[in-house]
Amino acid sequence: MVVRHQWPKEGVSRIPYWVYTDPEVYAREQERIFCGRSWAYVALEAEIPTAGDFKRTYIGEKPVVVVRDEVGGLNVVENRCAHRGVQFCQTHLGHATEFMCPYHQWTYNLQGALIGLPFRRGIKQQGGMPADFALQHHGLRRLQVATRHGVVFATFADEVEPLEDYLGLDMLKLFDRVFDGRKLEVLGYSRQLIPANWKLMFENIKDPYHASLLHVFLVTFGLFRADNPSKVQVDKTGRHGALISWRGEQQRTADNAEMKSLLEHFTLQDPTMLQPVREFPEYTVVMTTLWPNLIIQQQSNTLAMRQLITKGPEAFELAWTFFGYQDEPDDLRQRRIRQANLMGPAGFVSLDDSEVIKFAQDGLRQDPEGHGVMEMGGRDWQESESHMVTEGAIRAFYDYYRRVMEL
Amino acid sequence: MAASENFRTLSRRQLRLEIEELYAEYVACLDEERFEEWPEFFTDDTIYRIIPRENFERGLPIATLHCESKGYLRDRVVAIRQTSVYAPRYMRRLIGNIRILGWQDNWLEVRANYAAFETLRDALTRVFSVGRCHDKLVDVGGSLKFKEKLVIFDSELIPASLVYPL
Repeated sequence: MVVRHQWPKEGVSRIPYWVYTDPEVYAREQERIFCGRSWAYVALEAEIPTAGDFKRTYIGEKPVVVVRDEVGGLNVVENRCAHRGVQFCQTHLGHATEFMCPYHQWTYNLQGALIGLPFRRGIKQQGGMPADFALQHHGLRRLQVATRHGVVFATFADEVEPLEDYLGLDMLKLFDRVFDGRKLEVLGYSRQLIPANWKLMFENIKDPYHASLLHVFLVTFGLFRADNPSKVQVDKTGRHGALISWRGEQQRTADNAEMKSLLEHFTLQDPTMLQPVREFPEYTVVMTTLWPNLIIQQQSNTLAMRQLITKGPEAFELAWTFFGYQDEPDDLRQRRIRQANLMGPAGFVSLDDSEVIKFAQDGLRQDPEGHGVMEMGGRDWQESESHMVTEGAIRAFYDYYRRVMEL
Repeated sequence: MAASENFRTLSRRQLRLEIEELYAEYVACLDEERFEEWPEFFTDDTIYRIIPRENFERGLPIATLHCESKGYLRDRVVAIRQTSVYAPRYMRRLIGNIRILGWQDNWLEVRANYAAFETLRDALTRVFSVGRCHDKLVDVGGSLKFKEKLVIFDSELIPASLVYPL
């Protein structure tokens, strides 16, 4: 495959707009990123707690099924019959003892092995499969699976480092902060189709600089400010990142006077919506982006997996899975439900993001040879920065992206 | 209308007219973007939730939009008017198949289907959301108000964002 474009000579302080629009670049992403050497998020174990439970989802554009087998093992198989390519599983979540393709009833066990097909020996000595047709050569494509503390990842690659090494020590610590081994409970789903390139969503969550400017609601009601103590953490490859902040003393100063949203007279009509309690050590907000398809959201007491499902170069589905812990206090559960108002397609905060990245796609589409300028906080990146006025995590992402994509 | 006894004594046909009129006014209020008036269709302790069908059917508690008092509704209006960033749009809602299931304690149980159409600038009008409402109406000083309104949407994949209420 030929990609005709050249990355700007300035390097990762420039992001060429063709990465968001070019179908050839997109095809290469599918091959090298989503089907490449990466651990993609597919499910929470809490979604499929018992043998036979399955979840239908995607890695990039590839449909897959995550299924728990009779011995409790987790399997991820492509949702594509080995016979004629039929997407045999059609429901989000369900329960099965085997998978049967409806077209010609090829039947697979929960590990994806082909266990039978009708008329294999023909009818009345006529027809049927050739004598040497071997069931074991025609199973569903199986992916490698890794789990950690209730979170399920899968990869199309034959060889990839163990999940823990893939995440790296810093990301692993942040991951274990929320996924500490307690049993999770799914609290709900939300799905939105955003007409923009998938990377714009990642960039949004790797960019702490926009939060105090775009999200007037957060600032207005005192949930976030650019002068909150904060840091940006990136793994050593640059592919994963985390925005971390916590509450500190806030004063009106010459620096923050620029944030025009210090509308001090605003108070919520019903303050019960936003009454977070300290639940996790140290930080109030940790937004983690894990290559290639996951955002882990811990914003006060609202916890969610946001999975990116690509739908062509100019659209993606953002699939939200809100969760809490089994047997948590009712009071905490109630806070999660209330604070979920910040998130999702109608979220007081995330609504702004889905709208603004759509505006970005609409603008950059017209100028594939143009580029975005990423110089806030410098022109390269570091693993750790202790402030919010940086686009370093975006530069880190593209540094890794360029290596994987050879662009 | 003076008291809930009076709503209760209405004939089925008269009650239906009252309810159809209420729903027409509710939709007109939203379609015409008179959002400041919208909370007045609800009781002070109202429950108003817009919830994906999959969450509703599985009994999952998270809603796309969750309000548990009139204050929550007013805070939504502040966001629409003052804090949220979104593309300009028109939204037009149709409510139909209204079914009056009857009185339970002091409330009237009503079900209805809805469709909402969204028109963005430079784009064709599209079906934005389709689903059903599970409503509980009570008499507050002679008018019917929503004590509870669950908007359960079939169209689980939301086109971009849900900005205006349904």
